[in-house]
Amino acid sequence: MSFRSIVLAKQVPDTQNLTARAMKPDGTVNRAALPAIFNPHDLNALEVGLNLRDKFGGEVILITMGPWMAAEVVREALYRGADEAVLLTDRRFAGSDTLATSYALAQAVRKMGEVDLVLCGSQAIDGDTAQVGPQVAEKLGLPQLTFVQEIEEVRETGVVVKRTIENGYERLRAPLPVLMTVTSEVNIPRPPRAKLIMQYKKARAPVEVRIEAEREFENYTGVDRDEIIAKKTEERMAALRDQGLLLTEWNLERIEAQEERCGFAGSPTKVRETESVVLRARESKTYDPTEEGLKGLVEELADSRILG
Amino acid sequence: MPNFFEDNEDIKFHLETRDLEAIIRLQEEDFKEKGEFPYAPEDVADAQDNYRRVLHLLGQIAAEFIEPRAEEVDLEGPKLVEGKVVYSEGIAQALGRLAQADLMGMLLPRQYGGLNFPTTIYAMAIEIISRADASLMNIFGLGSIAETIDDYASEELKEKYLPKFASGEVTGAMALTEPDAGSDLQACRLKATEDTERDSWRLSGVKRFITNGCGDVLLVLGRSEEGSEGGLGLSLFLCEQGPGLRVRRLEDKLGIHGSPTCELHFDNKEAFLVGERRLGLIRYAMSMMNGARIAVAAQAVGIAEAAYRRAMEFAGSREQFGRKVRDFPAVSEMLTQMRVSIEAARALLYDTAMVADLFRGLQRQFDVAAKEEKKEIRGRLNKVKRLAGMLAPMSKYYASEMSIKVASDAIQVHGGSGYMKDYPVERYFRDARITSIYEGTSQLQIIAAMGGLTSGTFSAALDEFEFRGLQRPLKGIFGKLLRARKATESAISYIKKRGDSQYTDLKSSTLVDMAIDTYIGYLLLRDAELCKRKVWVAKKFIEDMLPRVEMNAKRVRSGARTTLTHFSTINA
Repeated sequence: MSFRSIVLAKQVPDTQNLTARAMKPDGTVNRAALPAIFNPHDLNALEVGLNLRDKFGGEVILITMGPWMAAEVVREALYRGADEAVLLTDRRFAGSDTLATSYALAQAVRKMGEVDLVLCGSQAIDGDTAQVGPQVAEKLGLPQLTFVQEIEEVRETGVVVKRTIENGYERLRAPLPVLMTVTSEVNIPRPPRAKLIMQYKKARAPVEVRIEAEREFENYTGVDRDEIIAKKTEERMAALRDQGLLLTEWNLERIEAQEERCGFAGSPTKVRETESVVLRARESKTYDPTEEGLKGLVEELADSRILG
Repeated sequence: MPNFFEDNEDIKFHLETRDLEAIIRLQEEDFKEKGEFPYAPEDVADAQDNYRRVLHLLGQIAAEFIEPRAEEVDLEGPKLVEGKVVYSEGIAQALGRLAQADLMGMLLPRQYGGLNFPTTIYAMAIEIISRADASLMNIFGLGSIAETIDDYASEELKEKYLPKFASGEVTGAMALTEPDAGSDLQACRLKATEDTERDSWRLSGVKRFITNGCGDVLLVLGRSEEGSEGGLGLSLFLCEQGPGLRVRRLEDKLGIHGSPTCELHFDNKEAFLVGERRLGLIRYAMSMMNGARIAVAAQAVGIAEAAYRRAMEFAGSREQFGRKVRDFPAVSEMLTQMRVSIEAARALLYDTAMVADLFRGLQRQFDVAAKEEKKEIRGRLNKVKRLAGMLAPMSKYYASEMSIKVASDAIQVHGGSGYMKDYPVERYFRDARITSIYEGTSQLQIIAAMGGLTSGTFSAALDEFEFRGLQRPLKGIFGKLLRARKATESAISYIKKRGDSQYTDLKSSTLVDMAIDTYIGYLLLRDAELCKRKVWVAKKFIEDMLPRVEMNAKRVRSGARTTLTHFSTINA
């Protein structure tokens, strides 16, 4: 018994460690002030896959879709022991909403051949939509178990999990292959491994190599600039490939996606307006630190539906 | 995200500014493992980058995983259940986490699954861990046991045990102390008898106060030469936990509650000889102790760092008389002295660790060198060996006494709150208190350091510093340093001229204090050349230190020996 898992992960701004600079005056996210991190719930998903592999054998493959910076997520996955990790990147993916994202991811998963489990975090901490996992499942025609808080059993015949619902959980069984989205309760993700950090720290995706070369020749004005950049990129990629340090990168063609279903074109979600809501304490009430006062406070909290 | 490496500018300062090249080259033997192991570095910069990344990882685990469990670990402690020691939950979890992250074999060679890091980086790791939970260091820091196996045991033993140490599958213990052999290890009595049939040994006797004595692999000092007395009759043995070895009791201690301190009973326990007979104490245990001294110094610095940070935090938020307590000069002075003494101890610690690395690297180079090359290396090796022999005890002595003082002052800064269990500073104080006792008491460290003072190693070490073209205010600082040096050297020559061994012993702590003050002054001046803030650290240290050194010089030269002549009168 062994399991082949695909983990879908996203790079997100670290909204859990906010500083005063996190928001621009116009109310949009100041990405420069927020470090980009591996979406925390996706680390839980990766851990599910790694744990199953360590126990029963098999392999864990991570896919992340994003701009070139998301190569860091690929390295992070390798640092934790993923067998393979793919950066899904293409300018034509830019501006994808959850529909276009799940389309591209589903296409990528199809290219992976036979799969037992597709694992996702329940949601990304930036958008918090929790839509991508379910949409991928629909597109692949897989049964879906969302908000999984505990995995009770994994067998070749199927899985039994506890799924978080309001005020409790439900126990569900599903056959394999299955797509699961997991919450942070499902496990404690393992740390990166020192040896793998040292091994893969220099691993680069082709797009990173290209950008590095472009930066290097930024101020070069010769007519052969593009040629030189292309040559440098090729050379470095070859060297990285020889060392086993060239990361796998897939584009739109590689996953045989239809361009009109990707990126802006494939995204029906349109942001009409954003409103910057500044919360202010307008009024305050004081309660005495007595039994009476405490009772009054609890009643007020219950009335305003903060409690209960 | 909290990270005990990234938030510590002073550790980073040492990592970035110390010249590690010579050490890295010796450690990596000209990068011969590049290509053989995918995680071996290809050059000096690559190795340094590895250190940074791994310390980042460790700093994150320390801050996010270990520190939040420390209070519970302190309350819970280990338990002895049907002869088996059970770690407190937080310790077990932390060890598991460190093993998952490949951090349990930092010192070991790659061929056994280790990271092949130098002691200097390992000391930084110990400091970071100890800041999170000092008691965890006692198990993590026992990595020097594996190093001793690596240095002296047979290939067979190495192959068998080192990979398990590196993966974190086993932990170790060094069983030296006995009920009647504490500081005086030559008095060890645990009996070792050769079992020629099985090509092994049998151990019988008792070991006491053994840190992590429940560990899976123990290095045990035993009397292999029947009827012998003294250190030359002792050999070092390796044995595994199991039948014939029993943890008879767990000590109930003042601090470091997460670390089990065991009394061990050996009953005809099978064990294997490490290295050669008779060298157990004089060579192997001594070398193990040198590593352990650096580890304890690092532990002490880590505890002090934790205590100081809490004190700063409290003093910056607590208000009395309408002011933050931090702003009262008496408190400002305390906080400043805490900070300066931590940085002083850290400078000495990493200087010591680097010398230890240099020594170990040169020793290795010497062992495999051809005859003509040996000559060349020998001179340097001996010099470094003498320096390491002086600095390790100095570092352990200074850091541990500093840690106790800083933790005590952290309580003081908190006032009544500090005495309550609601705040962690009382735990830091209890944890710090052991550091001046185990792995050789302060009094023994002083004796060990004295040799370096009277033999000229101390003065030679100061001569190595080159301060050229100093500008103000560094020039002024250097002037004061020279006065401290002069006072110290005159006290040393007074003692030597007097030639009264009892008097020397009586004044040795005063002398060693002077020497450490002066040496650290040199280190801080060196750092001040590299960093503006450090100018003021050096200035403050030397302002406080020079009057102390001059006073100490007077005490040494006073000839006062009342303690010796009238001990029984006063202590009647």
